[in-house]
Amino acid sequence: MLLKQPPSGIGVSAPRTDAMAKATGTEKYASDHYMENMLWAGVKRAGVPHGRIGSVDVSAANGLDGVFAVLTAKDVPGTNRQGITHKDQPVIAEDKVRCVADPVVLVIAETREALAEALSLISVDIEPLPLVLSPQQAMAQGAPLVHDRESNVLKHVVVRKGDAEAALAQCDVVVDFEYATPVQDHAFLETQNGLAWQESDGALTMVVSTQAPFRDRFEIGHALGLNPGRIRVQAPYMGGGFGGKDGATVQCLLALAALHSHGRPVKMWWSREESFIGGTTRHAATMRYRLGANRDGALQALTCRVDYDTGAYAHLGVEVMALGLEHATGPYRVAHTRLEGNCVYTNNVTAGAMRAFGVCQVAAGIEQAMDLLADKLGMDPLELRQKNALHRGDVNAVGVTMTHSTGIAACLDTVAGDAAWQGRRQWKQKAGPDVFRGVGVAAVFNAMGYGRGLSDAAVAKVRLSETGDFIIYSGVADMGQGNAAAYAQIACEVLCQENASVRVVQPDTAQGNPSGSSSAGRTTYTYGKALVHACREMARRLISRAAMALMVDDEREMALLPGRIRHLPTGREMPLSAVAPILHPDDRTCIHQFQMPVALDTVEGGNPFGIGFPHLLFSFAAHAAWVEVSRITGHVRVVDYLAATDGGRVLNPQNFDQQVHGAVAQGLGYALFEDPMPENGMFRAHDFSTYILPTAMDVPPIRSVALETDESSGPFGMKGIGEVGMNGPLPAVANAIADACGIRIPSAPLTAEKVLLAMVGTQSLQARK
Amino acid sequence: MIVEFSLNGQAVREDVAPDMRAVDLLRERLGLSGTKEGCGSGECGACTILVDGHSRLSCLMLAAQLEGRNVITIEGLGTEKAPHTLQEAFTTHGAVQCGYCTPGMILSAADLLAAKPAPTRDDIRKGIAGNICRCTGYVNIVEAIYQASRSLRGEKP
Repeated sequence: MLLKQPPSGIGVSAPRTDAMAKATGTEKYASDHYMENMLWAGVKRAGVPHGRIGSVDVSAANGLDGVFAVLTAKDVPGTNRQGITHKDQPVIAEDKVRCVADPVVLVIAETREALAEALSLISVDIEPLPLVLSPQQAMAQGAPLVHDRESNVLKHVVVRKGDAEAALAQCDVVVDFEYATPVQDHAFLETQNGLAWQESDGALTMVVSTQAPFRDRFEIGHALGLNPGRIRVQAPYMGGGFGGKDGATVQCLLALAALHSHGRPVKMWWSREESFIGGTTRHAATMRYRLGANRDGALQALTCRVDYDTGAYAHLGVEVMALGLEHATGPYRVAHTRLEGNCVYTNNVTAGAMRAFGVCQVAAGIEQAMDLLADKLGMDPLELRQKNALHRGDVNAVGVTMTHSTGIAACLDTVAGDAAWQGRRQWKQKAGPDVFRGVGVAAVFNAMGYGRGLSDAAVAKVRLSETGDFIIYSGVADMGQGNAAAYAQIACEVLCQENASVRVVQPDTAQGNPSGSSSAGRTTYTYGKALVHACREMARRLISRAAMALMVDDEREMALLPGRIRHLPTGREMPLSAVAPILHPDDRTCIHQFQMPVALDTVEGGNPFGIGFPHLLFSFAAHAAWVEVSRITGHVRVVDYLAATDGGRVLNPQNFDQQVHGAVAQGLGYALFEDPMPENGMFRAHDFSTYILPTAMDVPPIRSVALETDESSGPFGMKGIGEVGMNGPLPAVANAIADACGIRIPSAPLTAEKVLLAMVGTQSLQARK
Repeated sequence: MIVEFSLNGQAVREDVAPDMRAVDLLRERLGLSGTKEGCGSGECGACTILVDGHSRLSCLMLAAQLEGRNVITIEGLGTEKAPHTLQEAFTTHGAVQCGYCTPGMILSAADLLAAKPAPTRDDIRKGIAGNICRCTGYVNIVEAIYQASRSLRGEKP
C-alpha cells in the first residue's frame, strides 16, 4: 500500500505549487504591499563617484508641502556601516562619497510626487577627488585611496599546490591567455524595495524583497544600533534576485526611515535607473593564464592571476574572489597550480554577489585557454577535456579530494554522444554564403554552499495544523528558483501527502528559523535535507500518537497515508484532522537542523581567505553552443545549445530544466550583449534600451540533459544547480566564434561591433600577407 | 478629473489627477497588483494590460487614457479556481519562475492568440519579444503559449 508513489512526490515533473498564484496575479511580492496611511522614502544620491561632501542644503526640501522628514548621516544611530562580512559602507554618506550612488540625504514624504520634488530640491556640494577606475589603476603606486586604509587592495592572495613555475618550464606545450570580463547587472524585474514600520512597542517590522531575511536583522542592527531581536523581517516571493538581493539594499535606509515615521508604514522602491547603480553588480575581472600540458594532452601546470574590481565597497568581494580562484583551473586534474588574486576597491559601482559568484569570470578564462591548448596540441577540444576531467577520488586543483559525486566526465560524454555534436562538421559546411558557422564547448563546475569557515546550516520547521494539514515554515527565501515548491514536494514525499494538504509559509523571522541566505546552490540542498529529517520525525510522531489512540501496540503496523493514519492489519484509520486536536501544540511541531559537510583538506598556507574556501561539493556541466556569425554585420546568433548537467538526483525535472534554461539565457546575455558601459565611475546604460537583455528572439531552444549522479549527502541525492549553468555560455560561445572564423576577442561581451572589427582585422592581415 | 471605464467587466468611476499613470491607478488605488512595474519606461512589458483587447503598457499610459475603454488585467483574465487556458498552460508547462513577468507575458500572449490563433513557435517568439523574462530563457514560455493555442483551438495536447 505504501509502494504507490505519492502524487506530488520526488522525481515527478509536477507543476510548481507557486505557479498558479503568480500566473493569476494574486501572489503578493514585497512591491505589492501598500498600507493605509503609508509614507514614501527615497534618497538623494551623490551623483559623483569620489569626493568630499561640502555643504548639503535641504532647506527647500524641508519646507515643501508633503515632506515628512529629511535625514542625513547625523540622524543615523549606530555605526552607520552596512556590509555582510566587511562593514565598510555608510548607510548615509558622512564626509566623503566613494560611489556615484552613495546616499547623501534620505527623504520621507506623503506621496511619491512630493518625494520626487523634494529630492530634486536638495543641493549637495561635493568637492571632486581623483577617480580610481580600474584595479590596475587602483594598485599603482601613489593611487588615490578610496577608503582610509593603506592600499586599495582589499585582499591579495596566492594559493599554491606543487610548484607551478617549475612544472611549466617542463611542459611540452604552454599557452598564454589574457581576458577581461565585464560588469553584469542582475536585472531582476522587481527592483529593490520594501515596506517597514515601527510597532507601538518600538520594534521594527519590514516586508522586503530579500534573499537573506534572517541575516538582514544583523546588518540593520549593526548599522543603526538596534537590537536585531527587535527587528522582524518578512521575505515574500521575490521578482528575481540572482544574488543582487543578498545583503542590504533598501533595508538599512528603510529601517532608518521607519524610526522617523512615528509608526506610519513607509515604502521605498528603487527605480530601474537607481537599481543599476544603487545595488550591486557582477565583478568585472581581468585575468592572465599560463597553462601547460604534456604532448599527450595531460595538464601539468597552471598559473593565473585574476583581478576583481569590487567597486566602492567590499560587499562579498573577497568571498567572490575566493570562489573564483577555487574554480580557476576548471574541473580538471592539475598537479601544479599557482592562483593569484586581487580584490580591489575602485570608485566604480559596487560589485557583489551574483549567480556563479566569481566563477563565470574564470570559467571564461580557463575554458578558452583549454581550446587554445587543444589547438596547439592538434587535439579535439572535447577530447582534451575528457582526458583531464576530474573523477571521484581525484585531488582537485586546490588540494581537495573529490570524495563526493563528480559527474563532469559523464557530462562531457553526453556532449560527445550528441548527434548534432557528431554532425557538426557537416553542419558547418552547410553554412549560407553570408555566415560562418562554428561549434564550441565548455566544461564547468560550481561549488555548493558557503565553504569552510562559516556554518552552512538550515533549520527546518514543519507543523501539523489543528485541522490536520501540514505547514512548512521556510527559512530560505524564494527568489524564483522554486525552492519553496521543492520543499512542498519533499514534505509530500516524506509525509506521503497530496499537494493540497501541504502549505509553505515564506520566510518570516517571527515564524521560521534562521536557515541562511538564498544563494550558493544551497537553497534546496541544505534546507531540504533538514526538512527531510523534520518530516520523518513528524511521521514517526504522528504514527506513534495514533497508535496510542487506536490502542495498537506495534507501531510498525501503522502507515501514514494522505490525510490519515491506517492500521494496516485491521484497516482501521484515523484522519489527521482527528489526530491533530488530541496533540498539544508543542507536539505538533518538528524542527531539525542540517549542516552541509565541508572540506577538511588544506592547501598550502592554510585557508588564506578565513571563510568561504575551499568547498567539498560541486555541480558540474558540459555545454555546447552552435553559432552563426554574420560576415556582413558581425552579429552572432546562437542557433542551438546543449547543456548536460550533473546536479545529482533530480527532484523535479521541470524545475531542474527551468534552472538550466534560465542560467544559460543569463549566460548568453553575459556572452553577447549585456554591458552597462562603465565610464568615469558611472554607467552609460540606465534602462533596458541601453542595457540589452536577451529577449525571446535571442535565446535558442536550450536542450537540457540531466546526468544523475547520487549525491549521498543531499536530500534524495540532489545537488544545487542554480549557478553552474551560468558558467558555460560565455566560453562555449567564444570558442564557437573562434571555431567559426578564427578570431578570439579579448573581452566580453562579444558584440557584433567587436566581432566585425576583429574579422576585418584578420582579413586585412591576411590580405597584407 | 473623472474617468469611467470597464475594468475586468465591472464599471469603474475614479477621480484621478491628470498626470496619474494607469499602472498606479490599477495597483495603488484599485488594488490590482497583478499588473507589475519593472522599468517604468515601456521596455520590459511587465505592466502589460489589455485595452479594448490589445496589449498596452500601463506604465506609459495615463489613467485618463482609459476613459471609455474596456480594460482587462491579469486578475480579469482568469482566477486560481477558474484560470484562463494560458494561465493553466503557464503553470503546467513550467513557464513560471519568479513570476514577475508572468502577468504581462500572459496578456501579450492573449493578444497574440486573438490575432493569430494558430501561431508557430517563431510567431510566438516575435509576439512576446516586448516582454522581458530574466528567469526562464523563454523556452517553457514559448512551449506554454504554443500548447495553449492548441487547446484553445480544441486540439488535444
